[in-house]
Amino acid sequence: MTPAVEAKGIGKVFGRDAEAVEALRDIDLVLSPGDFVSLIGPSGCGKSTLLRLIGDLATPSAGELTVNGKTPGQARLDRDYGMVFQSATLLDWRTVKKNVELPLEVMGFDSGSRAAKAQEMLALVQLQRFAGHYPWQLSGGMQQRVAIARALAFNPSLLLMDEPFGALDEMTRELMQQEVLRIWEETDTTVVFVTHSIPEAVFLSTRVLVMSPRPGWITDEITIDLATRRNEDTREAPRYFELITEVREALRRGERSDA
Amino acid sequence: MATRGMSRATRSGLSILGIILIFVVLWEGYKLLWTALEWSWPVRPDDRTMPHTWDIVGALFQPAQRNGPPLLWVELKAAFLTLREALVGFVIGGVVGFGLGVLFVRSATAEMAFMPYVVASQTVPIIAIAPMVVVWGGRLAVPQWLTVSIIAAYLTFFPVVINTVRGLRSPEPTSMELMRSYASTPREILWKVQVPAALPYIFTALKVSAAASVIGAIVGELPAGFRGGLGRDLLQFSQQFTAAPQKLFAAVVIAGIAGIAFVGVVTFAEHRFVAAARRQR
Repeated sequence: MTPAVEAKGIGKVFGRDAEAVEALRDIDLVLSPGDFVSLIGPSGCGKSTLLRLIGDLATPSAGELTVNGKTPGQARLDRDYGMVFQSATLLDWRTVKKNVELPLEVMGFDSGSRAAKAQEMLALVQLQRFAGHYPWQLSGGMQQRVAIARALAFNPSLLLMDEPFGALDEMTRELMQQEVLRIWEETDTTVVFVTHSIPEAVFLSTRVLVMSPRPGWITDEITIDLATRRNEDTREAPRYFELITEVREALRRGERSDA
Repeated sequence: MATRGMSRATRSGLSILGIILIFVVLWEGYKLLWTALEWSWPVRPDDRTMPHTWDIVGALFQPAQRNGPPLLWVELKAAFLTLREALVGFVIGGVVGFGLGVLFVRSATAEMAFMPYVVASQTVPIIAIAPMVVVWGGRLAVPQWLTVSIIAAYLTFFPVVINTVRGLRSPEPTSMELMRSYASTPREILWKVQVPAALPYIFTALKVSAAASVIGAIVGELPAGFRGGLGRDLLQFSQQFTAAPQKLFAAVVIAGIAGIAFVGVVTFAEHRFVAAARRQR
């Protein structure tokens, strides 16, 4: 099976000469289709940069990177992935429905299938009743759900999420995590999820990649062997806490080796 | 409040009337008080310097020339001609301004190359540019009214360029990256993200431009030798100021109303096109 994402010796340097900053060094990773992989690490560890390289929003300085067996550029042109940023980035002159239709417009869907698809996506994120609302009429969590609906509207095989719940309060955040898991199960999408929340990474992922900064690299890889169907009980399971501890210790080790 | 329950139009109509009334009271009050106290500073209160408001309004209903139609009629026709030139100039200036704005945002080279001249063009006064346009227009057999419009366009395009550039650059970088992630073309990014985001900026510019285009048309009529517009009349009445000051005041009122009407139309279009969603912020 072609890996969803495969990286061999990826490096990324910003700037040049004396002002060069090495953001990533020697990143190796293989993501299988259907994986839910979190990148976790302190700020400045290059986790968002790595995500942007996968999405072809930046170009690696070294190494080889493929997405669905193609170059990231080709994968982008083939619309292989959907992207969700920390801010919902909705266009505020468009209604919720029209925002979800945006990628479909660009991709040349006719208006009938756009409307049908938007309807379906809004049902997926449980916002059908808000189709005619404008973004400013929604809460932060709802806006982010619209952003997820928009990212999935064209059925990409890969979903790239860059700290999507970073700006939400704890309660909303937990609801959104539940939501994302449900969507992931319903759509068999591969997810790459950037976060700096340890419980979030453990709760959501099949695997957690722990990163450390200066230069960013992957220090540990932890397989999350929780039950596939996770719910609020999972958050109280002993194994959940063990894994949180494991990730936390991996992060500490990363820091120490840095010091 | 009594205003509650009235429509928005009624309220704004009343407030306009109220302001006119306050202005009339201030004007006439100044005349009365300064005359009684025999003050002459800063402006003499006599009927030549400050004609009575009713004389100004009255002048509009008296014949402009012996046995001719009333001044109001003459000036309304003049305002119509001038507004038509202004409108054509406004459209030319708006299209050129928007086009340059798009070009500058697309190409840093073009911006570096042309922006200084765009700025320089505005430091040269219109009275210097106008005769050149008239002479060149004459050579090329451009109709007189179009020459006036081109002069008006010269005043109009600048705010549109500046605000278009600003507006097209206003979307968040993540909006642009989002479009990039969909493999959109630059044209799609322009029309789906940048232009809608720029609309409030562009409409602000268009309001400035609408007023400027009226001024451009009035001033442009003079070197173009265009008869029948407001420019010619304003010049003529200012020369007759000592004899009949109320005529100049009356013509100024008409010119002012013409400008307000034009800006009003643009404001109406703004409410129509800039989505209701954004009025909240």
